[in-house]
Amino acid sequence: MNDQPLLELQGVKTFFRIKKDILKAVNGIDLVIHRGETLGLVGESGCGKSTLGKTILHLYKPAEGKVLYKGRDIWTYSKTERKLYARQVQMIFQDPYASLDPLMVVHECVAEGLNIHGIYTPKERYEKAIELLEQVGLNKEHANRFPHEFSGGQRQRIGIARALALEPELIVCDEPISALDVSIQAQIVNLLRDLQEKKGLAYLFITHDLSMVRQISDRIAVMYLGSLVELAHSDNLYEHHRHPYTKALLSAIPIADPDVEAKRQRILLSGDVSSPIGIDQMCSFCKRCHYATDLCFHEKPLLREVAEDHFVACHHLDQVDKNGGR
Amino acid sequence: MSQDKLLEVKNLKVSFRTYAGTVQAVRGVSWHLEKKETIAIVGESGCGKTATIQTIMGLNMQNPICSKEGQVVFDGKDLLTCSEKQMRDIQGNDMSIIFQDPFTFLNPTMKVGDQVIEVYCRHHKATRREATERLLEMMRLISLPDPEKNIKRYPHQLSGGQRQRIMIAMALICGPKILFADEPTTALDVTIQAQIIELMKHLKEQIDTSIVLITHDLGVVANMANRVYMMYAGQIVEHADARTIFKNSKHPYTRALLGSVPRVDQKTEGGLFSIPGSPPDLIDPPTGCAFAARCSQAMNICKRLQPPEITFPEPEHKVCCWLHHPEYKARKKAVGVGERHE
Repeated sequence: MNDQPLLELQGVKTFFRIKKDILKAVNGIDLVIHRGETLGLVGESGCGKSTLGKTILHLYKPAEGKVLYKGRDIWTYSKTERKLYARQVQMIFQDPYASLDPLMVVHECVAEGLNIHGIYTPKERYEKAIELLEQVGLNKEHANRFPHEFSGGQRQRIGIARALALEPELIVCDEPISALDVSIQAQIVNLLRDLQEKKGLAYLFITHDLSMVRQISDRIAVMYLGSLVELAHSDNLYEHHRHPYTKALLSAIPIADPDVEAKRQRILLSGDVSSPIGIDQMCSFCKRCHYATDLCFHEKPLLREVAEDHFVACHHLDQVDKNGGR
Repeated sequence: MSQDKLLEVKNLKVSFRTYAGTVQAVRGVSWHLEKKETIAIVGESGCGKTATIQTIMGLNMQNPICSKEGQVVFDGKDLLTCSEKQMRDIQGNDMSIIFQDPFTFLNPTMKVGDQVIEVYCRHHKATRREATERLLEMMRLISLPDPEKNIKRYPHQLSGGQRQRIMIAMALICGPKILFADEPTTALDVTIQAQIIELMKHLKEQIDTSIVLITHDLGVVANMANRVYMMYAGQIVEHADARTIFKNSKHPYTRALLGSVPRVDQKTEGGLFSIPGSPPDLIDPPTGCAFAARCSQAMNICKRLQPPEITFPEPEHKVCCWLHHPEYKARKKAVGVGERHE
């Protein structure tokens, strides 16, 4: 395998200006996505995970840092290279109701990318669209219908077919399953996994659902208010999580088993996610953390390797380990 | 046991007339709620769980396209025959409801404190000062940070978790006997969800109310509910206490649903189990078992006839499925049919 990562983020920061304040949605993230792997990006709403996804897609320009695709900064691309990049990196959206054009029939939706990039003749495009629909578990009869005739799960399949049309290498999946019912979520996750095996795709799987992300991800990154707090192989993260936020997050998820639920002890976090404005020089989690000391309010902890391929950003790991996260 | 029944729903049917045809959202549902218990009604979107409780609460009384049948017995009265005025005395006072999305149901032009006491003033002859006192007491109960300041804010100035706390305060300020919670935590983040669940469990003890929890999140059910009703396509397919549902479910739908939920504490090897297809169209519901088209163990009879309700004693466990029909079981024993499937 080629050693060069598919995508590399180097200290990426994406800011928004809100009146006089600067909202630091993504505040210095280093991350690598390899070919054919799934990286799960987990965090609560407002932590900047979607902004990071859009920064990767060349939709937001980072204020600082670089997004390197196959070793080259995507913001130094020429116009043609930019177009080529758009073919190689695709996106699947959260809301299957809002992300399909209601005026287009399904095969037009799916083949729109091919049309824009001028690939194939119209007839070939139609055939390609049907082939793609079959790959995602729909069939020929569906091709001439409008999006409103489909259920949520089927629409999400159309969205996936559209993302696959240009044969990308990386797909940014922004909460692809959270708008779907439980029984349909499993269908979509299994479909994404099958497609990955067949086509060697890499996914950036953005979600807040920690139980689902375990089933699909190779590595998982936990994000809190614009910064990564922990990054590890997925099994490792679930069994040996070390950051206080990860611990609280995992313990907050209810498990579908009354016996286990009765025995578990929950780490309840006080308060809500604090405002991402003005948290530059401190640990992003310090306001809700049980271990926070003065140091946490004055110095931002950096990600450091605590075990092989396991990174944590916390000043007080020894303390946390001693108390088992409580 | 029957004296303890706080609310009893008997063969409730709700349908909505639309341009496409009549949607039979709820097709004959019976359940009851006892004092001081939490029951959960579990099902996927569109299975009729919300339509059921909206009908009980009288929220679609004036809805011209909605027609209802059956009985809802509360306090010796049939709520479906109550006048609107009678209902208004019950709403908010004897039973109240928490909605999924607090932002849509709070009035954006009113301060949250005023919204909460509005209910209280409607049902009690209280002065403003008394109401405000009660309000602050409530705010402490729901542990809203900085109550004096926060009750003077507008809904958009609060976070999602705080808004949901306000909804809960509003629902509980009159000390209702029944609290309906319609997906109370679906719109919230997991850490906030854990806070709200703890809060509801705590308040249930304090205010001495019964909860009807409506959700599709089986994890929340495992955490809160005493008994569970599984709903599919407008009908109840299985009913038992929570432990039995999770450990010893008998209906293929319940089993499939449990199988498709990933657990944080375990890794499912070789892909998740998923239920093929999607729920049936309730404009023209199937004549047989509604789940037959997606069921891996479906037999010929499932597609033709509605399955009867089969009761297992100790602990009470009801299943609507042909697989548990005594004749099928006897036949299976005799000829050995169906064993391949199980």
